[in-house]
Amino acid sequence: MARTVWDSTVGKKTVMAVSGVIMLLYLVAHVIGNLKIFFGAGEFNHYAHWLRTVGEPFMHYEWTLWLVRIVLVAAVAAHATSAYQLSRRDLRARPSKYVHKKPRASYATRTMRWGGVILGLFVVWHILDLTTGTAHPGGFQEGHPYQNVVDTFSTWYGNVVYIVAMLALGLHVRHGFWSAAQTLGVGSRTRDRALKTLANVLALLLTAGFVAVPVGVMTGVVS
Amino acid sequence: MKLTLRVWRQKNAGAEGAMSTYEVDGISPDMSFLEMLDVLNERLILAGEEPVAFDHDCREGICGACSLVINGDAHGPERTTTCQLHMRSFRDGDTIDVEPWRASAFPVIKDLVVDRSAFDRIIQAGGYVTAPTGSAPEAHATPVPKADADFAFEHAECIGCGACVAACPNGAAMLFTSAKVNHLNVLPQGAPERETRVLDMVAQMDAEGFGGCTLAGECATACPKGIPLVSITSMNKEWLRATRKAAGGR
Ligand code: HEM
Ligand code: SF4
Ligand code: FES
Repeated sequence: MARTVWDSTVGKKTVMAVSGVIMLLYLVAHVIGNLKIFFGAGEFNHYAHWLRTVGEPFMHYEWTLWLVRIVLVAAVAAHATSAYQLSRRDLRARPSKYVHKKPRASYATRTMRWGGVILGLFVVWHILDLTTGTAHPGGFQEGHPYQNVVDTFSTWYGNVVYIVAMLALGLHVRHGFWSAAQTLGVGSRTRDRALKTLANVLALLLTAGFVAVPVGVMTGVVS
Repeated sequence: MKLTLRVWRQKNAGAEGAMSTYEVDGISPDMSFLEMLDVLNERLILAGEEPVAFDHDCREGICGACSLVINGDAHGPERTTTCQLHMRSFRDGDTIDVEPWRASAFPVIKDLVVDRSAFDRIIQAGGYVTAPTGSAPEAHATPVPKADADFAFEHAECIGCGACVAACPNGAAMLFTSAKVNHLNVLPQGAPERETRVLDMVAQMDAEGFGGCTLAGECATACPKGIPLVSITSMNKEWLRATRKAAGGR
C-alpha cells in the first residue's frame, strides 16, 4: 500500500495534506504557548520548562518533547519531499507557456511553492536561533527563552525575517488548509464556504498571534 | 467585423511553432468562432497558402472535438465550447490570439490540433461498466436514488474536450478523470469496478504525464459543461477508499 500511495500523484498529495495538518496542529499549540510571553519572564520560562517535563513520571525528562520533535521532522521531510516531487512533475507537464498571458489562480495559490521554500528556510534559521542558539545574536542562555526572544527581536533582521515568514505562513495556510480538506475528501459543495472561512480565520489567527511577539518587543511591551 | 488574428502555426509535431498574424474582414457577429476560421482558411487556400489546421466535428457543443485557447482562455471568453462561441463576443478591430491546448500529454500534431488520445487511454483503464449487452434492460430493474442519478448525470456531461488540462497551470487531467470516475462510481451499474476504476484511471492519468492537482480551480472555470472543482474532492475520496480497501481495510 505504501508504494501505491507514494507512486500516485493523488497519494503524494495525501502525504502532503496529512503532514501539513500535523504541522498545522503543532503551530496552533505553538502560538498559544508563545503568547505567554505577555505575562512576563516568570510565566514564559516556567512554561518552557514544563514542555520538558510533559508526561512525567510516565515519560522521562524531555522524552515527550523529543517525540514531538521527531514527528515534526518526519512531517517536514515528507511534506517537502512530496512538494518537491509533485512540483517537478507539474512543471514538466506544462513545458511551453501560452503566448497570451493572464494571471491565473489566487495569490495564495500561486505562492505555495516559493512560500513553502521561505517557510523551510525560516524553520532552519528559527531552530538555529532559539533552540540551539547557534545563530543567536548575543549570548544565548539555555533555559532563559524569555531573554533569548527579546534579544532576537531587538535586531532589525530578526524582526524582518520573522515577520516575512509569518506572512508567508498565513498565505500558505490559507490555501493549504482548504486544499488539504479537498485532498482528504472531506470537502463538499455545502461545506465549501465554511472550510474557506475556517482557513482564513486560522491563517489570520496564526499570523497575528506569531507576529504579536516581535511587535511586543519592538514596542517595549515585552522587554 | 474586421479582425487581426495571431494564430499558432506549427508544421508538424517535431517542428518549431510560432504565432502568425492574419487580417480577416467581412466577419458577421453571428458567425461562430470556427466559421470565422473557415473564412480565414478559404482566403488562405485561394491565395495558395496552407490553411490553419484545427479540430472540430459536431459544431453543436456536444462532441468535445473543438479546442483552441483564445486570448488565453480555453474555449474563449464565454463558458461554452469554441464551436458555440460567436463573434458577437468580440469587438470590431480586436486582435485575437489563438493557440492550441498546451500540455506535454497533449502534443501538437499540427497548428492548433493536439493529440488527445491520452484521454482515450484513461477511459480504457476503467471508464466503462461490465454489463450484459443486448436489448435495453427494464428501467425499474435497478433503482437509482434521485440524488445519485443527478450526480451521475452532472458528471456524464463531460465531453472530454480537454479544456481543463489546457487551463490548468500544471497540465493536470484531474477534472476530466474525476468526472468519468464519479459518473460511474455512484451508480449501481458501476459498483463491481468501483475500486479498480478509480485506482486504474488515476494510475493511467499519471502514466500519461499529466501534472498533479494544486486546487488552483482554473479547470472548473474553463469547463464548458460546468463540471465543478469539488468533483476532484469526490474522486480523492473514492481513491482513498479504494486504497484502504486494497490494503485490506473496510
Ligand atoms: C518545509 C517547508 C514547506 C514547504 C517546502 C511547503 C510546500 C508546500 C507545497 C508546494 C504545497 C502544495 C501547494 C499546492 O498544492 O498548490 C503545500 C501544501 C500544504 N502545506 Fe506546505 N510547505 C511547507 C511548510 C508547511 C507548514 C509549516 C505547514 C503548516 C502549517 C504547511 C501546510 C500545508 C498544507 C496544509 C498544505 C495542503 C496540502 C494539500 O494541498 O492537500 N506547509 N506545501
Ligand atoms: S471536465 Fe469539462 S473541460 Fe474537462 S474534458 Fe470534461 S467537459 Fe472538457
Ligand atoms: S465541435 Fe463538437 S463540441 Fe465543438
